[in-house]
Amino acid sequence: MVKRTVAALVAVVVVGFTAGLAMPQDDALRIAVEGAYPPFSETLPSGEIVGFDVDIARALCAELKAECEIVDQAWEGIIPGLLERKYDAIIASMSITEERKQVVDFTEKYYESPGAFVGTKDVAVEITVDGLAGKAVGVQGATVSECYVESNWGDIVDLKRYDTQENANLDLTLGRLDLVFADLFTLTDGFLNREGGDAYEVKGGSIADRACMGEGIGIAVRQDDDVLRERFNAAIRAIRASGVYQEINAKYFPFDLYGAAP
Amino acid sequence: MLDLAFYQKIAPTLLDGAAVTIGLMAVSVPCGFVIALPVALARVSANRFLWAPAYAFIFFFRGTPLLVQLFLIYYGLGQFAVIRDSIAWPLLREAWWCAVLALSLNTGAYTAEILRGAIQAVPHGEIEAGRACGMSPALIYRRLILPKAARLALPAYVNEIIMLLKSSALVFTITVIDLMGAANLIRSRTFRIYEPLVAAGALYLAMTFAVTRVAAWVESALAPERRPPR
Repeated sequence: MVKRTVAALVAVVVVGFTAGLAMPQDDALRIAVEGAYPPFSETLPSGEIVGFDVDIARALCAELKAECEIVDQAWEGIIPGLLERKYDAIIASMSITEERKQVVDFTEKYYESPGAFVGTKDVAVEITVDGLAGKAVGVQGATVSECYVESNWGDIVDLKRYDTQENANLDLTLGRLDLVFADLFTLTDGFLNREGGDAYEVKGGSIADRACMGEGIGIAVRQDDDVLRERFNAAIRAIRASGVYQEINAKYFPFDLYGAAP
Repeated sequence: MLDLAFYQKIAPTLLDGAAVTIGLMAVSVPCGFVIALPVALARVSANRFLWAPAYAFIFFFRGTPLLVQLFLIYYGLGQFAVIRDSIAWPLLREAWWCAVLALSLNTGAYTAEILRGAIQAVPHGEIEAGRACGMSPALIYRRLILPKAARLALPAYVNEIIMLLKSSALVFTITVIDLMGAANLIRSRTFRIYEPLVAAGALYLAMTFAVTRVAAWVESALAPERRPPR
């Protein structure tokens, strides 16, 4: 009796183990989101996480016919958590940059996050060497925006670095700055659509600069996980082709987030 | 750990930052003293209309964090159209001048308290002696009280200058790239934290050392009787 139970237990454990080892990636795929970057990802008072990133994650899972678990993870620890195998992928509006590529692999972009100059409607500004010469431009320090303005216009503009984007926007309204440069979606949501933002506008359209802003926003996976990466790539193309992507896009933004084909 | 080539690479940026810090101090310390002297004299006055405003000034600037004062001056004042249209705006528009204003007012309040203490610590007998010789109150101040008070205040005042030097590291929050700002800039560009902060700390240390050396020299010049015999 005892012997048989032990044998059964051993069998269960062994079977379980081999099943675990052989378990294909699409069984309970764990995906980390940030939960604090509206409108891409935000946590509702009920605890539910919603947003563009989350919808894309669910659509990709449906495409992969995988069971998915959405994991909420703070931004600072999001890459270490992936390396520690707390989850298998990061879908959290992460820019594909050279530094990050040293530690993780990225899929193709699933959207592009261009930057833009914003200034007061009263003054026309051309985004050219002549138009920008001597202008006071505010950026948030240590961002792709700082990199872009510094490397492209650093010699001719008066570049000011701020601790937060809010403080840069504030100095624009106070008249200390002629322009701010930041992520277009952040500026639209966090400034132009807010109270007092209607006196300001985007100058010269959106700007995508590969050298600083990377190749767009991608899904991060571990470097040894080529299978998962390729499956995500196929799924991104599939939801683009089926129209699921466009549906999600329209839910959040009145314009195409994807940008030009890679 | 000791990557000399990296220190060499970041040195120009840090030295530029250190120059900004020294510039801020070179303007703020004298300005603060110019503010402090009349405030201290008003503070020890028996006239309520003189000491009350002095007391309020010291109370506010000593009682609130320097960071609050910096933000109030830089972001707060700019909110009012009256100030944006005033003749002061060309200066207040510049972060550097806002930093100088905040640092000067702040150190002015502390220095005023140091001077008040020193003035009140001048032995009463010396003032009596001055009166007995027929000196006018103004002459007593000039010849007796202030020189004595200066000697009494010096150690505490040097402390205040050092405190101000270290507090000035806050100005990077209002876009002034001082020594701390330069260290932060390097930190965000290179993702290296240890080296720029250690280098900035060493430069601050060098500056405080310079201040204490100058102070020691001034102290001995002011108090010849305390010099060691030659």
